[in-house]
Amino acid sequence: MSTASDITTSEPTAPGVMSRASMLVCVAAIVLVVALFAGPRYGLLLLIGLGFGLALEGFRFGFTGPWRRMILARDPSGLIAQLVCIGIVAMAAFPLLAANGAELKGAHAPIGMAMIGGAFVFGACMQLVLGCGSGTLINAGSGNAVGAVALPFFAIGSFAGAYHLSWWTSLGSLPMMTLSGTDGLMVTLAGLVALAGLAFLLRAKGTFHMPARYVGAIVVLAGLAILHLVVAGQPWGVVYGLGLWVAKGVVAVGGDLSGSTFWAAPANAAQVEASLLTDITSLTDLGLIGGAALVAWWRAGLASPAGKLPARAWLAVIVAGLVLGYSSRLAFGCNIGAFFSGIGTGSAHGWVWFVAAFAGSWAGIRLRPYLGLEARR
Amino acid sequence: MRRVHVTLLVGLGLTGVLVLDHVQSQPLNPFTAPPVLALGSGMAPTGAHCAAPAPGQ
Repeated sequence: MSTASDITTSEPTAPGVMSRASMLVCVAAIVLVVALFAGPRYGLLLLIGLGFGLALEGFRFGFTGPWRRMILARDPSGLIAQLVCIGIVAMAAFPLLAANGAELKGAHAPIGMAMIGGAFVFGACMQLVLGCGSGTLINAGSGNAVGAVALPFFAIGSFAGAYHLSWWTSLGSLPMMTLSGTDGLMVTLAGLVALAGLAFLLRAKGTFHMPARYVGAIVVLAGLAILHLVVAGQPWGVVYGLGLWVAKGVVAVGGDLSGSTFWAAPANAAQVEASLLTDITSLTDLGLIGGAALVAWWRAGLASPAGKLPARAWLAVIVAGLVLGYSSRLAFGCNIGAFFSGIGTGSAHGWVWFVAAFAGSWAGIRLRPYLGLEARR
Repeated sequence: MRRVHVTLLVGLGLTGVLVLDHVQSQPLNPFTAPPVLALGSGMAPTGAHCAAPAPGQ
């Protein structure tokens, strides 16, 4: 039993000016080294990834939490903020893609059986670990033990899902359906307004509010997403990079990827052989984790306990992490690659992804108490 | 365990991934890197994306 004398309670103190300045110099040096040794585009992509991490953690903005609040408390604030952000991206991305189709591409994917099922399962699992594609990276970077445990299994799942992707898509897919040009943009914006309006109508009394941090997140994330499209030639994505890390590990221990249609495809095989510092999603993923860690450290948020969960909850986190990664490949993206970037660049699969993943979230929230992840209500 | 330990472990793991990658991957060559911006480069986008359909689809 502890007594007053042996308890040392000290408020975590924020780092001093010199520490912060030194850290910023270190971060700038890392970005510069990547730009010098890999190429300026790759340095810039790492910087954009850091920006995503700073914005998501700094503004405490995400995807899983707002969906949870919409389902449990009928608070549509965060969901509407996400839709506004996607709308801003769409207003820039549609004309850019229409005028520069030879240099830029959207996050376009076909709708199919596996895609819909994958999105549903992803939605359920993201509520189990309370982290989506970007959220798991942000949580891991900011010292959340659940996110840190889920991350490697997310990566393994992403690799395995990509390995089997061709088999899953052979179960049945529609032709690719995309919205483009002015008409496509109008349909997309009308869809976003309709969805936001529906969420607003379903709100519980007194729940809707748009705090300054949401406005900041909308502006910064939209700006970074548009910049990402201009720099990388493709929209923001998360899960490909995680699977690639594991693919490299498999090759490093003598594994053979020639049995996978996906990993043996020339473009993917070349990326397995190339440095991670030349892979777009790997760089932004690393930036996301680093940016979140930087914000958490800056705010002295790393001093708090990591938290404890029962053993079955950790097992659930591991399984959910694996399934998150696997299902996100079948669904052609996570909340970022499919929902945010898919809708923002005119892919019909982004809309179907949202419906399926939101339904999955509803199921995932109800599963949490049975897995020991929260008390039963 | 505190959050700082978790973040340090994550950082250590990522450093390991990058070191392993550096050892086994083709060496970096900034002189063959693409232009800073894809927009206006005149080059087709080549990066992989999670929304890309399965090969052959």
